[in-house]
Amino acid sequence: MSGIREVFPVEAGGFTTAGEASATIKQILKKLGVDAGVVRRVAVASYEVELNLIIHSLGGELLLHVDDHRVRITSQDRGPGIPDIDLAMREGYSTASEDARSLGFGAGMGLPNMKRNADQFAITSDPGVGTCIQMDFNI
Amino acid sequence: MPKTYHSVRLEKERCRGCTTCLKRCPTEAIRVWDGRAHILDERCIDCGECINVCPYHAKVATTDALSSISRFPYRIALPAPTLYGQFRGVACIDDILTGLLHLGFDAVFEVARGADIVSKAIMDALRHKTLPKPLISAACPAIVRLIQVRFPDLIDHIVDIRQPMEVAALVAKREFCQANDVPEDQVGCFFITPCPAKVTAIRNPIGHELSALDGAISILEIYGMLSAKIRKPMPTEKLATSTLFGVGWAKGGGECAALHAENSLAVGGIEHVIRVLEEMENNKLSDLEYFEGQACIGGCVGGALTFENSYIAKNAIRKLMAPMPDLSPDVAVDTKYLRNYPLYNTLPILPSSIMRLDEDIGEAMRKLEQIETITKTLPGYDCGACGSPTCHALAEDMALGFAGEMDCIHKLKGRLQDMAQQMLEISHTPRTPRAK
Repeated sequence: MSGIREVFPVEAGGFTTAGEASATIKQILKKLGVDAGVVRRVAVASYEVELNLIIHSLGGELLLHVDDHRVRITSQDRGPGIPDIDLAMREGYSTASEDARSLGFGAGMGLPNMKRNADQFAITSDPGVGTCIQMDFNI
Repeated sequence: MPKTYHSVRLEKERCRGCTTCLKRCPTEAIRVWDGRAHILDERCIDCGECINVCPYHAKVATTDALSSISRFPYRIALPAPTLYGQFRGVACIDDILTGLLHLGFDAVFEVARGADIVSKAIMDALRHKTLPKPLISAACPAIVRLIQVRFPDLIDHIVDIRQPMEVAALVAKREFCQANDVPEDQVGCFFITPCPAKVTAIRNPIGHELSALDGAISILEIYGMLSAKIRKPMPTEKLATSTLFGVGWAKGGGECAALHAENSLAVGGIEHVIRVLEEMENNKLSDLEYFEGQACIGGCVGGALTFENSYIAKNAIRKLMAPMPDLSPDVAVDTKYLRNYPLYNTLPILPSSIMRLDEDIGEAMRKLEQIETITKTLPGYDCGACGSPTCHALAEDMALGFAGEMDCIHKLKGRLQDMAQQMLEISHTPRTPRAK
């Protein structure tokens, strides 16, 4: 079966709409009756990834795909890409700008937090082209 | 399934079918059908928001009449501390409590004392138990029900200790019976309530079976009579025994203050509470120790069944608290209360499944897709004229079979224009002259 597919565009630097995509994703999963614990983990991870797009990327989109055995969140952006993924995955490492830090972001917990909450986590990045993160949550 | 009890209800004759309550309900529990508001029972959390906003006072709360206390030989009044803020120029709490005795009660027991006991029990839990952070206050039943309906994944953060009014009733009844040597069934405990959410919580307790209270009388019901009694000069009895922190529970932030929890957050107003709970769901507040959320702005003083403006009431309470000794409930309350009374929940707080579209996830996905398709055909004005709060809610109602496409007046208008055009075309059909 095909399931539910939704696309949420996320603008670079769009703090006014920050959190809307992940809030909508959360809402959809609740309507579908997905287990509360899973919703919670998706909420945490999708909020982190949405904020990542706003703070670090040049813009991109979040894709939600739900079928009867898993929730998949895919984030695709248009750059700048991550040169050293292992370094970026380390807790506490951040390249957030002063602007973003002054808003309380940039603790370097984003990627580790996503990985911790997802059942499966995959990241690929092409410097200059963009980053793709795929997270699966078993229902 | 038994019909859920609600204190909030509609006075049909007064309702004009406007969209004020429809747009303000935090759980989208209201529909306007056939020119009248209808409350969807399973969704309503009795927050009282609709009572506060209805311009025609068509939304009301079912409470007990003062006369109902006569069904018990002995009656105890349990005033919410919010009551203390309703009167101007009253210098001490004893005046108000004495006034209550003159309304036909045999005894008064301050719910603020219950709040003292609950404060101590929560402080004890914060010290000795490993609890999810932040711990969420269970004081406002509307917020607990909001969490059941909209944030089921936060249920395990809710404090598992009964509400101050319940604890107060347990202690009041036992102490009265022991002091006067009467059986418990002869004694009625009546909560003087600031809001409908508490009335519902007495009829349908969350977290335990039966309420220790026998009824709830609204502050508005006794306000007139009580202020007349208070104004009359009378010998005041020494009745107030709670700490200033117990009294402070009436105001937003009062619970956090009573707990002396430095790392806490107090939020009033249901829309703000929803926003903060969203943050909590995203794990953005896990460094916080305690969260006090209240449906009403300003806390219980903003309840729908109070008389005084919430800010004025808050100030009045602050003045009454000022001369009281700064004694923490942790020190003031004897630990025997924590041991001798059933303060802790005995039943789990269950998530409500009302937000889900179907029990079967495949079927729910099919409905969700249908809703998204319908939403795209609607104008997106969210005008409420169809009787559903938003276009999206109408789409959901349509997919679930509660509404039809022509309930949307904009769609109806378009359809009528098409039909008028068609009629015009029909009436103008040129006739070819008959061949001779």
